[in-house]
Amino acid sequence: MPYATLNLCLVLLAAWVVIGFTGLLRPASVGFAGRALFPLGALCGAALAIVAVLGLPIPPERVILPFGLPDLPFHLRRDALSSVFLALLGGASAGISVFSAGYFRQGAGTLPGLLCFQYHVFLASMGVVLLADDAYAFMVAWETMALSSYFLVTTQHRIPDIRRAGFIYLLMAHLGAVAILLSFGVMQGTSWQFTFDAMRATVLDPTWASIAFLLAFFGFGAKAGIVPLHVWLPEAHPAAPSPVSALMSGVMLKTAIYGVLRVTFDLLGEPLWWWGLVALAFGLFTAFYGVIFAAVQTDMKRLLAWSSIENIGLIFTGIGLTIIFHGLSMKSLAALALLATLYHSVNHAFIKSLLFLGTGAVLHATGERNLGRLGGLIRRMPWVAWLTLIGALAIAGLPPLNGFVSEWLLLQAFLFANAVPRPFISMLLPLGAAIVAFCAALSGYVMVKFFGVIFLGQPRESKLAEAHDAGFLERIGLVWLALGCFALGLLPVQVISRLEFVSRYLIGADFGARRTEWWLLAPSVARQASYSPLVFFGVGTAVVMLTVWLVRAFYHRGVRRSAVWDCGFVRLNARMQDTAEGFGQPIRHVFQQFFLMERKLPTPFDKAPQYHLVLADRIWRGCYVPIGKLVRKIADVAALLQQGRISTYLTYSFITLIALLMVVL
Amino acid sequence: MTLSAFAYQLLEIILGVITAPVLLGWVNQCRAWLQNRSAPSLWQPYRSLHKLFYKQAVLAENASPLFRVAPYVVFGTMVLVVAIVPSLETRLPFTVAADAIALVGLLATARVFLSLAAMDIGAAFGTLGARREMMIGFLAEPALLMVLFVAAMISQTTSLPLIAERLSSESLALYPSLAFTAVAFAMVLLAENARIPIDNPATHLELTMIHEATLLEYSARHLALMEWAASLKLYNYVCIGITLFLPFGVATQSQGTTGLALAIVALALKLLVAGSSLALFETVSAKLRIFRAPEFLATAFLLAVLGMLVHLLLGA
Amino acid sequence: MNGIPFDLQILNVLAALFLLLSFSMLAQRRIVTLVNLLAIQGLILFIATVLLAWRTGETHLYLSAALTLGLKVIGLPWLLHQLIRKLDVYWDTEPLINPSATMLIGLLIVIFAFGLAQPISALASTATRNTLGIAIAVILLAFLTMITRRKAMSQVVGFLSMENGLFFGAMSATYGMPMVVELGVALDVLVAMLVLGVFFFQIREQFDSLDLRHFETLKEDE
Repeated sequence: MPYATLNLCLVLLAAWVVIGFTGLLRPASVGFAGRALFPLGALCGAALAIVAVLGLPIPPERVILPFGLPDLPFHLRRDALSSVFLALLGGASAGISVFSAGYFRQGAGTLPGLLCFQYHVFLASMGVVLLADDAYAFMVAWETMALSSYFLVTTQHRIPDIRRAGFIYLLMAHLGAVAILLSFGVMQGTSWQFTFDAMRATVLDPTWASIAFLLAFFGFGAKAGIVPLHVWLPEAHPAAPSPVSALMSGVMLKTAIYGVLRVTFDLLGEPLWWWGLVALAFGLFTAFYGVIFAAVQTDMKRLLAWSSIENIGLIFTGIGLTIIFHGLSMKSLAALALLATLYHSVNHAFIKSLLFLGTGAVLHATGERNLGRLGGLIRRMPWVAWLTLIGALAIAGLPPLNGFVSEWLLLQAFLFANAVPRPFISMLLPLGAAIVAFCAALSGYVMVKFFGVIFLGQPRESKLAEAHDAGFLERIGLVWLALGCFALGLLPVQVISRLEFVSRYLIGADFGARRTEWWLLAPSVARQASYSPLVFFGVGTAVVMLTVWLVRAFYHRGVRRSAVWDCGFVRLNARMQDTAEGFGQPIRHVFQQFFLMERKLPTPFDKAPQYHLVLADRIWRGCYVPIGKLVRKIADVAALLQQGRISTYLTYSFITLIALLMVVL
Repeated sequence: MTLSAFAYQLLEIILGVITAPVLLGWVNQCRAWLQNRSAPSLWQPYRSLHKLFYKQAVLAENASPLFRVAPYVVFGTMVLVVAIVPSLETRLPFTVAADAIALVGLLATARVFLSLAAMDIGAAFGTLGARREMMIGFLAEPALLMVLFVAAMISQTTSLPLIAERLSSESLALYPSLAFTAVAFAMVLLAENARIPIDNPATHLELTMIHEATLLEYSARHLALMEWAASLKLYNYVCIGITLFLPFGVATQSQGTTGLALAIVALALKLLVAGSSLALFETVSAKLRIFRAPEFLATAFLLAVLGMLVHLLLGA
Repeated sequence: MNGIPFDLQILNVLAALFLLLSFSMLAQRRIVTLVNLLAIQGLILFIATVLLAWRTGETHLYLSAALTLGLKVIGLPWLLHQLIRKLDVYWDTEPLINPSATMLIGLLIVIFAFGLAQPISALASTATRNTLGIAIAVILLAFLTMITRRKAMSQVVGFLSMENGLFFGAMSATYGMPMVVELGVALDVLVAMLVLGVFFFQIREQFDSLDLRHFETLKEDE
């Protein structure tokens, strides 16, 4: 049957839309949306993932839908690249939807039915973005995605801060959309055909191609959260309900990655190598900037948002390397870097969704987002705690979980970066590995802080004693994503053999793994480097088990419980634990130049001592506030035109008319 | 992979796990001699371990399962590191599964679990120790990775046995880049093993502790495992150093049992030298303030990066 | 490393150590240690010159090596030590401004120098051409040392280190400068050293310290 995969994908996307509309039938019913519709949506997601993975080897398929503009109906196309991202969308959203089924309750915000509608439209629009094959369809889906997610972010729209966060998000989304639109405009060349096929056929001269790339980079970068366009992320993610944050951070950011890959490698054809330098520089800086800010956050969702910025930076680093290698015709290295990029995108989708859902469960149980008021939850919510631990370890890049695999691939790609036949560049590139290593290490720090402060130690507030563990559906969602992390971590060869279809399609080269061993990850470029998580995990588990057994067999004297050792200071209490601020202190100290810090320290004589610390983003103050002021100033000047008298406006029209006539005649 | 390879692997692991406390004992002995104290016996670490293992464990009331799991994980990770580092042998089947990058990841795993366990009880010093441990870690880890990266660039592989083989097979090759990385590595070794310029292994003052503070709540067999893991960590670091900078004498494919015997002797000699120089260095230097630690490690990191640049310039 | 003769390998190692010393000077706080590091740097220069002389058979390099030994390894450090004793600045330390950032800048300088040297060393025909990048880096790093220091003594040490780098550069690019120039430079350095020594005493008499910040008060106030 021709076009089977594409049609199946479309059916599933349509199913999402139908589920969304069904939600509108009984907008106020939590039970209907939660127990019936969200699980159904999750099933669609899982099905989409399966269809997309199975469809990977199938050559591109296209279909033209009978609606759209008169001359430009919706062109849709599914190829290896869109399949990977569809699989990512389906796989991650399945877990998130199941979790949402148990998560959304009656509250002050948007009605559950409406929420269900927005949520599923959001999902479907992301699917269409990945399938679009003309600029028009792409932009329609892209805007639908932005709008539906805006409404989801502002679910709690009665809170002014959340409305502000939503506004910043919408603003940045539209700035990006304008740039993308312009980029499409450049790419169509002189054909005035806005299908992607026309763009593929158009050969642009290097200047225009570069302009198109930079516009697309800016536009998609704004969506992905490249520094300095990242400002909406730390605002929007804490504002949104946790499943929505998970979806935005885990999946929506990846549509921007998809966009960059699609434009650079597919639509523009042959990328110039120096574009890669741009992507690499921005990527590395974003990763670095994101991780140091993540380390000093005190709000758990904001921390995760900054961590997303870091990971987007790493992904862009991979894209940069791919472009450099590809532009200099080092195909197999380019394939290696591209695989690292794709692998990290998929990994991040699973890990970050898991972590955001974990914070959602905590938020539900305690009503607290502030790290300073949490603690000790591992004893109250073991399910959430242990599953979140998996996510935390994975994102810290620890073997044998999935974060490590993509880090390993990226570092392997960097190892050969000095072969680039350009002076200076061949020396600068290996430094990128140093920054990547640094970010990976620091993200370990961030995750110890994140997990330790929330789940370990003693409860910092008395109300935490009543915290309850996640419900059944929520647990299923978390377990699904955690299993995803494990599978992606333990079976890299299988994952890569799937991802290779993309690298073959876009670059014309693949990983070149030694095919004989299904358990051994060994790229052909990196001769004699190999990693086998299964063996690794197996031996590790065996060693730990053996240790446990030996210790138990020979030295088991039982366990006695006693009070915590107080170092001789008798009145030890939970408030004396290290705080989130305290945990961020070394980072604040080492990287003080990067932060705008406002701190009030109490003196020993204060009757009611207060500690106050605000850390601000320099880029916000240094870049956006001046722009805002400038816009306001221009608006003030423009306002002079507004007199409010009819005759004045008529005069304007009259002058315009005269001027036009003079020009025309 | 033949059966003998597995036997070598097992031998290497067992030898490492057993030798590690002796190395610590040797360092302590040298330190005592250098400081004009009468030295404890070389076997003192064993006696302490034995004593600890035989005690009844005392756990804090609110200790979670994570707290009890962590010692096993940390110890197991360190044993895995022993398996990866080709201290005796290059015919190690397990090294196929994990290369130099995985080695760094393993060390990070151990550190993360150690820190999480320290935060579990929620006493002030434990969290303080965890924070400091992670602070040392986030600077030392990239430095270590860069050190390994330079060696990997020289030998065009990240597989540790191959690195050792290539570095040792060149009859007499001098790698200037390794001079830089050796300095960087020494600094990382000191910091990661809680040795003197960064931390004092013999301290009893909680405020200045880093590594010890993370272990404050542990007792009996859990403490014994943690202590053993710490001595394994020192052993591993010394062995990594030997692999990268003094790989001569490691038994390779071509040699038989005599090669192995020679390798054991060579390793013993190298460990003795390394241990005593560590003790010497610790005796003559003073502890840094904790705020100077980032500076110290940043220097290590930059030196490692510099080593990489020198490698790129000189091609060596 | 395959195919490179052993003596050249040693030269490369010496070059690397040369650079390493430059970096340690950049990070060093104590002035006495700074002088010692300078002496070691001189020693490395001396060994490298002798080795190169032996390798190429250029006799003037032996002379140059002797000059280095006499002047840079023994003479000037001794002179500086004398000065330190007389000026009583033995325990002087320098408050460094953000050493990590300085090191990072140093690293960027090294990349810049190495990149700069790549095309030049492609042109040069000497066996030591690869080390040219290191020589340029050492010169620039010494400059950086001087920029970040405030004490007169460390400024001088930075200056001398720069001179070392210059010699090393000349050696790697063209097997040393012509003898006349070399002698002239050596003499210049010696004279400069003597003049600076006199200056030190004058400065201290004037301000009671060797901190160069005091110079800032010398400008005319309007």
